[in-house]
Amino acid sequence: MKVRMTVNGVPYEDEVEPRLLLVQYIRGMLGLTGTNIGCDTSSCGSCTVLFGGESVKSCTLLAVQGEGAEITTIEGLALPDGRLHPVQRAFRENHGLQCGFCTPGMVMAAVSLLNENPHPSAREVREGLEGNLCRCTGYHNIVEAVLAAARSEDLS
Amino acid sequence: MSILGHRVLRKEDIKFLTVGGTYVDDVDLPGAAWLAYVRSPLAHARIAGIDVTRARQAPGVVDAVTAQDVGLAPSRMDADEIPEVMARPFLATGTVRFVGEPVVAVVANSLAEAVDACELVEVDYDPLVPVVDPSMALDDDVLLFPEAGTNVVTSIGEPNVEGVGEGSLFDGCEVVVRQRILNQRVAPCPLEVRASAATFGPDGRLTFYVSSQTPFTMREDLAKMLGVDEDRVRVIAPDVGGGFGAKIEPYPDELLVAWLARRLSRPVRWTETRSESMLGIGHGRGQVQYVTIGGSRDGKVAAYYLEVVQDSGAYPQIGALLPDLTKTMLTGTYDIPKAGFFSRSVVTNTTPLTAYRGAGRPEATAAIERSMDLFAAEIGMDPADVRRANLIGADRFPFTTVIGTQYDIGDYQGALDLLLEVSGYKELREEQAGRRRSAAPSQLGLGMSVYVEITNADEGTEFSSVEIRPDGKAVVKTGTSAHGQGHATAWSMVVAEKLGLSVDDVEFVQSDTDIVKSGIGTFGSRSLQSGGVATRRAATRVLEMAKDLAADMLETAPEDVVADPAGGGLQVAGVPSARKSWAELSGAATERGAPLLAEVDYEFQGATYPFGAHLAVVEVDTETGKVVLRRMVAVDDAGRILNPLLADGQIHGGLAQGVAQALLEEFRYDEDGNPLTTNLADYTFVSAAELPSFECARMETPTPKNELGAKGIGESGTIGSTPAVHNAVVDALAHLGVRHIDMPTTPERVWRAITAAAP
Repeated sequence: MKVRMTVNGVPYEDEVEPRLLLVQYIRGMLGLTGTNIGCDTSSCGSCTVLFGGESVKSCTLLAVQGEGAEITTIEGLALPDGRLHPVQRAFRENHGLQCGFCTPGMVMAAVSLLNENPHPSAREVREGLEGNLCRCTGYHNIVEAVLAAARSEDLS
Repeated sequence: MSILGHRVLRKEDIKFLTVGGTYVDDVDLPGAAWLAYVRSPLAHARIAGIDVTRARQAPGVVDAVTAQDVGLAPSRMDADEIPEVMARPFLATGTVRFVGEPVVAVVANSLAEAVDACELVEVDYDPLVPVVDPSMALDDDVLLFPEAGTNVVTSIGEPNVEGVGEGSLFDGCEVVVRQRILNQRVAPCPLEVRASAATFGPDGRLTFYVSSQTPFTMREDLAKMLGVDEDRVRVIAPDVGGGFGAKIEPYPDELLVAWLARRLSRPVRWTETRSESMLGIGHGRGQVQYVTIGGSRDGKVAAYYLEVVQDSGAYPQIGALLPDLTKTMLTGTYDIPKAGFFSRSVVTNTTPLTAYRGAGRPEATAAIERSMDLFAAEIGMDPADVRRANLIGADRFPFTTVIGTQYDIGDYQGALDLLLEVSGYKELREEQAGRRRSAAPSQLGLGMSVYVEITNADEGTEFSSVEIRPDGKAVVKTGTSAHGQGHATAWSMVVAEKLGLSVDDVEFVQSDTDIVKSGIGTFGSRSLQSGGVATRRAATRVLEMAKDLAADMLETAPEDVVADPAGGGLQVAGVPSARKSWAELSGAATERGAPLLAEVDYEFQGATYPFGAHLAVVEVDTETGKVVLRRMVAVDDAGRILNPLLADGQIHGGLAQGVAQALLEEFRYDEDGNPLTTNLADYTFVSAAELPSFECARMETPTPKNELGAKGIGESGTIGSTPAVHNAVVDALAHLGVRHIDMPTTPERVWRAITAAAP
């Protein structure tokens, strides 16, 4: 089947198998390997991307369901001039990542969370990121990073 | 001012945050075929027949092989303790011994075709009676390896307290307490599953990408499997998405990828699914423990005995050997005059057990720390007071325990005092008393542990080299293999500090056996005190070489040459104009045929023993059994801290995993050996929502064992936190008559314990 979508501002048009998952399309056909696959039950959130501005686990959608969609992956989050998004910067400054595997999904989920709730409490951050698993950080510094990003002035 | 000890942000982060890491599954390998495995659906069965005919004919299929086709000798861990007959075959041979064991390897042009073709493989199984419970495996009614004549892999010590009789350890004790404690099987769950990819170059050399903590061990095993010299194999561990001990040992299903690539003269790649990983990657813990603790009513412990049944799973790996580390740390932070240990490791029809964050030490700490609480409860003393009465004093180091372990240095009393102070222990006890008086449904529990653990436990060496490049920047190549720990930053700090460079002017290289000369890897909280120290020594040697060279060039004495305070080179002390940049020095050294390169195989001077004290505060709903962790307070001392940012990160991650074992996580089987928690929907992997933010306080007692003063920090959090949380849950219900609840303390278990204790 034919599918057209815009990923990180770039329009794509491809012939795909109907059973192809969106995450497989992003990784395998577009070569955007920042988005990771960490499970097969939509539990871990490693594959989280922004779909029309909202976070989705890209393993829960078929590629063909992305028809016409605007998608942002970790590769498309920084500003065009290379400056980091406030959430990316906060993750670095607060050591919110270790092995980095959950990081792209975690960052995208955090961006979406702050879009919906620009000034969350620590508890709200924890509840909001419940669907994104991390084995390295114990979440402590991820929560710190999201709260720090929420405090930063240039969060648009 | 030295950069060491400062909070330096990670230099490796930008990539992960902007384009993501490069994990094995991200490596571009043109023309690669995909491998998928047919795995056993039964825990124990004889293989009556395998038919791959239909699979071979399926679209896109390149090959489908069985054990017979492979014909490789089984791989056995290089350990005398493990019987030859229990060696694990690359593919199941004659018998399957656990659900998930690889039986047939199918290779196809695409992953989808490989997976589809696996469905067409027909395997005829004659079911055998499985043995799942390690305690039942001891009976030897069902044998996994009939040739061995027993399910016992190996044992340590002898049983020496069958009751408190004459001549027993517990003679003269006023109080003796016994308890069976389950240290349950858990799944390590690195976020990146196992993956490997193999390609042979035109010269016939293998390049093997693998998600591993130990690339050099992997090279050794690959060479052995292929029957070639090690220099015919290059192993690259690119970015690795967590390991936690479970990626130390090479696995047959990841090694076989290379064998298939050679057979097919084509690159082959394999990435398991999470559901496969839950069964394929080794599990952790899995000890049934029987503790006996005795002493006097004034709180003094006189004797302690621990008996362990270690579940080894279907094929003995590292897990079978972990009771040795449990024995090493038997009596923990306490000066106990008499102690005994007896363990048996047994095979069962389950996933093999391997190292998991702490690996044998958390089990020791859990046993002694639960025992201290059981003893305290029995004599009606506060657990903090009982601990205080038995801790090894700070003035007694180096201290040799009754079991023969020599601790380097510690201040356990100091850690406990600090913990009680920063947590507000006294006020918490008052709050607890108030809730008990009011009989509120939500009861408060306080639990603590005062732990010590062993890091860098193995004898040996680690490699590092430091070289000044022509552009004046340094490159450090190390044999350790970080997978999240932040070595790129830490090792660069060590080099930068020595040579007066910025952290960004140090290039960090690891985990490529063609580029790094040799190495051991990253596990057992060993890296900084092995590879880090090797790096420091190599940098020191390079500095000496450069000073000699600069002195010659500047016509002065080497002792008058110092690092340029502005960075970037060396100068004559007090004469900024008499200066040579690192680029000039590198060029001159190369011209003279003696490049500024130092290679160090650092032989370390014995293990180190980090310690600390943790306090958990839980709220338990006595009507539903639900436990909420309200606070987790941790005092940790890992000697001198190189970068507090990284150290805290290690502690946080360890705490979360330790809490998870106490409250949530258990890998479960039914009585037929069917796994019940085979994905991240069923396995209760801890999430942010179940945890509080941690309260960490640090002590720094430098070890005399190395010049950095550093001990390991990777596993402490896990080791201290599990018993603290476990003790807290029981403590919350102590006034209701609850004495013990096995982990994980799920609502069901807690509710049942309350119900059973009710008068």
